[in-house]
Amino acid sequence: MKVIKSLKVAAVAIAASALSLSASAQDNTLLGAGSTFVYPLFSKIFAEYAAKTNIKVNYQSIGSGGGILQLTNKTVDFGGSDAPLNADQAKKIAVPVLHIPMASGAVVITYNVPGLTTGLNLNGAVLGDIYLGKITTWNDPKIAALNKGTKLPETGIVVIHRSDGSGTSFIFTDFLTKVNPEWASKVGKASAVNWPAGLGGKGNEGVAGLVKQTPGAIGYNELAYALQNKMTFADIANKTGKFITPTLETTTASSNVELPANAEVSLTNTDNPKGYPITSFTWALIYKEQKYSDRSADRAKQLLKLLWYNIHDGQKNCAPLNYAPLSKSALKVAEKILKSATYDGKAIL
Amino acid sequence: MKNKRLDLSYSQMKWETIFRRLLIFMGVVLVLIVVGILITLIKESIPSVKSSGFGYLWSKVWDPVQNIYGAYPFLIGTLLTSFIALLLSIPFSYAVSIYLGEYNPKGWLSNLLKNSIELIAAVPSIIYGFWGLFVLVPIIRQIETKIGVAPYGIGVLTASLVLAVMIIPYAASLGITLIRMVPSALKEGAYALGATRFEVIRSVVMPYTRTGLFAGVLLSLGRALGETMAVTMLIGNTPTLAHNFKDLIFGPSNTMASVIANEFTEADHEQYLSALVELGLVLFFVTVIINLIGKRIITRFTNN
Repeated sequence: MKVIKSLKVAAVAIAASALSLSASAQDNTLLGAGSTFVYPLFSKIFAEYAAKTNIKVNYQSIGSGGGILQLTNKTVDFGGSDAPLNADQAKKIAVPVLHIPMASGAVVITYNVPGLTTGLNLNGAVLGDIYLGKITTWNDPKIAALNKGTKLPETGIVVIHRSDGSGTSFIFTDFLTKVNPEWASKVGKASAVNWPAGLGGKGNEGVAGLVKQTPGAIGYNELAYALQNKMTFADIANKTGKFITPTLETTTASSNVELPANAEVSLTNTDNPKGYPITSFTWALIYKEQKYSDRSADRAKQLLKLLWYNIHDGQKNCAPLNYAPLSKSALKVAEKILKSATYDGKAIL
Repeated sequence: MKNKRLDLSYSQMKWETIFRRLLIFMGVVLVLIVVGILITLIKESIPSVKSSGFGYLWSKVWDPVQNIYGAYPFLIGTLLTSFIALLLSIPFSYAVSIYLGEYNPKGWLSNLLKNSIELIAAVPSIIYGFWGLFVLVPIIRQIETKIGVAPYGIGVLTASLVLAVMIIPYAASLGITLIRMVPSALKEGAYALGATRFEVIRSVVMPYTRTGLFAGVLLSLGRALGETMAVTMLIGNTPTLAHNFKDLIFGPSNTMASVIANEFTEADHEQYLSALVELGLVLFFVTVIINLIGKRIITRFTNN
């Protein structure tokens, strides 16, 4: 019994020291956690901001789900997420959470077709059938119909998907769910789904590695990753039927449409005729009512100022790091959302 | 007259007690950690157990979108990769044990070999994963093209091969130590009776070390069951079950440890999370059961 008692004492002591650590987080350090996708952009913007204002930001890239959990537990000032809160998460948080778009990203379709030197055109319906395992060779008439004048080999298609749960998979399956009814009914959208066909690679590098090595492979990667690694990727038909090459400009264009006031919107299959169809915002998440726990009005203001900086001056860091900056309409919505945040019921900005 | 040297001084007594308590404390802490892990696993998997019941173990669909969870394909994948790896590794670990334990127990060559085998265990598993992905996979793919199975390159066999390399040191280093500990009187006796080296190994060394060598193999198996990173990178991570023998060996599959590693960070609803924890619980029990079977085998061997 004595042993158990002393163990208890030790556990309490450790917990207490951990608590006091988090409580003593200095007033000039803001805490954030979440999306790994946005991490390089955030660390660049935050470093710049710290040099200008002496406000430091500690952002932990632990994945969107983890960021949302930490926000729910109120251990961070803001979360970073590649997907809006789902019903389960919103229910757990119970109070209104603001989704502020920070930048956008795209998912590109990479491939390894032996002998193919020109580009490749695909659309959502065909892509869905490939990932459903219904189209199994590269010279399938459905693919040939989109690539007139291109000679496609009869190599079998090897489908590669992400094996780990990820925002990239969410964006990709979200697109397929919108454009391929069979995909919608059989598989659906999530950061990890029950893949009907193919092999799973771990992370962007796992998928890219398998695609590069396997003749006949098709996979999907973040645009930023594909650009940095000089991968070839397909043009995808958007809603108007036009084949769009994924670039930062076409990604930004995809969000330059009428957006809902809360910005909790999926950008895939955009209405914009110039927009690339497999894109998404990445959001910063904060509580709408900033007075919670023992937060000071000053801390709330610092947080809002930081996010305001992110969507204005910070945006110039997007393109060099291969993120698509916010479009005009996205910026307008983001400004409005930030202004709607309150401290004790009063507007902060 | 009383012999003073037989009495323990007060400080000696005190030290005795402290030392004994320290040992007990360390032991209890270890047990508490294991029990604590078990309790956490059970507690966190209750929502999943409630909704899936025992069907969780033999249902074949793992669909986080529809909230249907079945661990069967991953259970098969885990057992398959581990046992294939074990079969592949046993000849090597036994051969190494016998060579370094009996034929060449001393000298620089022996030390070099022993150290390099122990180094195998020190290489991080991510390195094995990448090595497998970029070196082994293309070779396997060529073999697969020749024998006419889908040339993915990654799959159960590839994962098992890398796993086999990874687990050799566990059985081998225990084996080397044990074989070196065989009393030389026994061996010399056998030699004196005219036995050859092979006969000494077969009839003296092996029977003497059998249980110990088997314990080393069990250690390897435990390692194989839980190995995550290297396997995740090489197994193909598909939840579908193979339909024929060729696909079972060469085709892609998935293991419980890789599913947990892959999906835990982004598991965004409670039941999904709980199903993943239950996967950990199943893995825990699988390890316990295999260890118990192993212990039974060991006791049986010893009694004979």
